Amino acid sequence: MLEILLPILIFAALALAAIGAWRRIRLWRQGRPAEVDLLRGLVAMPRRYLVDLHHVVARDKAMSNTHVATAGGFVAAAMLMILVHGLGLANPVLGGLLLAASALMFVGSLFVARRRRNPPARLSKGPWMRLPKSLMAFSLSVFLSTLPTVGVLPADVGSWILALALVAALAWGLGEMFFGMTWGGPMKHAFAGALHLAFHRRPERFSDKQGGTGRSTGLKALNLEDTSAPLGVETPSDFTWNQLLGFDACVQCGRCEAACPAFAAGQPLNPKKLIQDMVVGMAGGSDAAYAGSPYPGKPVGEHAGEPHGPIVARQGTALVDAETLWSCTTCRACVEECPMMIEHVDAIVDMRRFLTLEHGNTPNKGAEVLDNLIATDNPGGFDPGSRLHWAADLNLPLMADVKQADVLLWLGDGAFDMRNQRTLRALVKVLRAAEVEFAVLGNEERDSGDVARRLGDEATFQSLAGRNIATLAKYRFQRIVTCDPHSFHVLGNEYGELGGNYEVRHHTTFIAELYDADRLAFAPWKGGTVTYHDPCYLGRYNGEYEAPRRVLEALGIQLNEMERSGFRSRCCGGGGGAPITDIPGERRIPDMRMNDVKETGAELVAVGCPQCTAMLEGVVDASAEVRDIAELVADALVARPIADAASPARRPVGKTTAEEVF
Amino acid sequence: MRPEQQGIEVAVLVSVGRHPITGRTRRADQDARGLELALGLERQVPGSRVSLLHAGPRSEESEAALRGYLGMAAGAGMAAGAGMGLETLTLLEQAEGSDAIPALVEHLAAAPPQLVITGARAERGEGSGLLPYALAERLGWPLVNGLAAVEKVENGVATLLQALPRGQRRRLKVRLPAIVSVDAAAPAARQSAFGPARRAGLEVGRVAAEPDLALAEWQLAPARKRPKRLKIIKAASARDRFKAAAAKVEGGNGQVLEGVSAEQGAEAIFKLLKEEGILR
Ligand code: SF4
Ligand code: SF4
Repeated sequence: MLEILLPILIFAALALAAIGAWRRIRLWRQGRPAEVDLLRGLVAMPRRYLVDLHHVVARDKAMSNTHVATAGGFVAAAMLMILVHGLGLANPVLGGLLLAASALMFVGSLFVARRRRNPPARLSKGPWMRLPKSLMAFSLSVFLSTLPTVGVLPADVGSWILALALVAALAWGLGEMFFGMTWGGPMKHAFAGALHLAFHRRPERFSDKQGGTGRSTGLKALNLEDTSAPLGVETPSDFTWNQLLGFDACVQCGRCEAACPAFAAGQPLNPKKLIQDMVVGMAGGSDAAYAGSPYPGKPVGEHAGEPHGPIVARQGTALVDAETLWSCTTCRACVEECPMMIEHVDAIVDMRRFLTLEHGNTPNKGAEVLDNLIATDNPGGFDPGSRLHWAADLNLPLMADVKQADVLLWLGDGAFDMRNQRTLRALVKVLRAAEVEFAVLGNEERDSGDVARRLGDEATFQSLAGRNIATLAKYRFQRIVTCDPHSFHVLGNEYGELGGNYEVRHHTTFIAELYDADRLAFAPWKGGTVTYHDPCYLGRYNGEYEAPRRVLEALGIQLNEMERSGFRSRCCGGGGGAPITDIPGERRIPDMRMNDVKETGAELVAVGCPQCTAMLEGVVDASAEVRDIAELVADALVARPIADAASPARRPVGKTTAEEVF
Repeated sequence: MRPEQQGIEVAVLVSVGRHPITGRTRRADQDARGLELALGLERQVPGSRVSLLHAGPRSEESEAALRGYLGMAAGAGMAAGAGMGLETLTLLEQAEGSDAIPALVEHLAAAPPQLVITGARAERGEGSGLLPYALAERLGWPLVNGLAAVEKVENGVATLLQALPRGQRRRLKVRLPAIVSVDAAAPAARQSAFGPARRAGLEVGRVAAEPDLALAEWQLAPARKRPKRLKIIKAASARDRFKAAAAKVEGGNGQVLEGVSAEQGAEAIFKLLKEEGILR
């Protein structure tokens, strides 16, 4: 009886899964076209899954083992089951393997069940709560119905009732695993996830066999040439098809939610919910079935959308409220944590582009800042001719005069800010101490376009970028050095698409290099305990975690690391134009970050970003002082041990080390 | 019974502005406020239609600035803008240095709107602030300056709120058609959106160009900050200080010198500067 029923069940489930897959694919194909190398993607998919995805999953060891057992067991069991029970290849070897695979899966599902007993708040409930039971039903029933195949039990053992019970359990398991995979159950993540990895919109973010780490964080340019094209994303179907596919891959694990600073601050944003809302929108319907944490302060069930309906309503509610999108600091903590490699920030900026470029609805100070950028090339609306006033006494060499230099020092808009001017002066002092040949653009420099782009104003970004690139093209230099990670990121990662390719260094990286080349010497550190705050645009965006720590170590500082540091660093709240759009929450993000600092007991927090400095210094009653690494270095400078003074002629910089003088 | 309210035709005169710091062209602040007021009319006078009118030379720069106004269509709601005819701007093209007034008069007289809104003063050119008056004179329409709000329009009569110094308001009834001018007391302009601005069309009409003879006689020089009258506050109490801060600068003790020699004039100015403590 089992021999007859099993193949029917298996092939029925497979057929239903195929129909479901076709329907799901139709949903994704509502999106705009995207250029994807389908074949190469499919070929690369196993590596992306086994290496890159597991690199993220493995940050949670228990979960990673659970997933390996369950998913590995399932894939093997499913294949073998089709052979053994579906096609009747009942040989004992295959049967034995099938027993092993389903046993492994069963063990995995026990761990899934344990995790579901007291699930952390970030996990979604709802249908996800039945998943361990479905996994058990599947693995157990496959195991039991395979026993006769290998001859452990006679084929006619037990009664009809027992066999029926087994078939029923198997039907449930098959339903969840095959049918649910393509019809929108929790197992959907396996189907959509595999294809999402293959057709990812940023294929360059995956590692490769040559040891490339794979990093792709620059936003993609909007084509502004095509004047009839709508700008940004208005409806779910305005996303590209592979973005929609990506949303569908979400497992609702809530790692993004746990990492999101805006969510923690009680602002109305939860990246997990946002992705789920896009899934709701792509299929059409309301968010009432969502079973995870809501956007803080926004009850579930009040929003609904459809594939061709607006995501943000001009009046009233639609799928998502505008303030949700404007709460994001673009810190990328969610993207960094997402095991499915979903690109939340891209999606958020896409929707912001529409709100700014088509609605003209950038909240709070947004419109003013954008107008300033258009009229004065800086967000504060300062006279562009006063960009160098802070350096009136420093005699900085201008590119316009010298035409070429080793280093082009990019000042950033911090040049207009009195606090950041102290950092810049410190940096100049350090460069001079190391005898670096540098020059600045001075009044020819413009805002990099970072804030305009992240506020969705791609037009102003491209205008600023285009003019900066034209200015830079006039001069010759080896590399750009800047103390602003936002400029660093934009110049290094986003100008390339517009024709500007440069070697850009953050000042901490450059100082570390100078130190390693023995061009700087420091007095020993006498201050108190220190911790270091990783700026998002330096760390997660550019992978630079080492150099700032290296410099601090060279200064003789032993760091008291914060719990959330390195790639898990918590944003200061200053990115993505968030201080400009200023969406209210229950707490302030910089307050939370200064609290992290306080927990280490540090008396000083070293930073490497003007925005972080401003945000963290703005915290009242802070327990720690905020200093840029450039300032710490400038304070510690001492003459190099065997000074060049010993030798009458100054050797060309960069070719001499202290040792050689001996 | 609700008084009968019908939508009205509103023409907003817009000029090419100039950013006070960088001098780049932009939508002029006051004209943009005028357009904002017009777009807000949808609430008080449903069914109103707004048209944009500019007379001047056409160039890439000026076109970009004018499109800044067209980008305001998207702002506050589909209703405002989309239904109000903001997809185009009528550009009466003239050679550089032509007089805009005859061209505007001719255009407005040919198809008179009920309400013409304009900024009080242009940001480039003569910027004398006389344009609204000259138009009113030639068209024979009433003029209200410093408009803060249009409250309602009934049977061809508009109830307007005029802004006076120090936050005071005066309610006026004006028979339409009329010209109103707005200054910084009017509501600030909404954000201009790039997409709609770029897609909107410019309807270019050629008009006979009369050279602006007055302008030709002018000498243009970069503006300097206007000197402010010094306010020397000698207040003892907080109340006095507050009163002094809120008070209008009194010009009462001014003195008009007529028919005096240059020496006498200089003498008088010198004396004043000493009194004010500017010269010691
Ligand atoms: S978006 Fe990624 S991190 Fe967030 S819940 Fe989904 S799978 Fe998890
Ligand atoms: S980028 Fe940062 S603020 Fe934005 S959703 Fe992700 S975690 Fe939250």
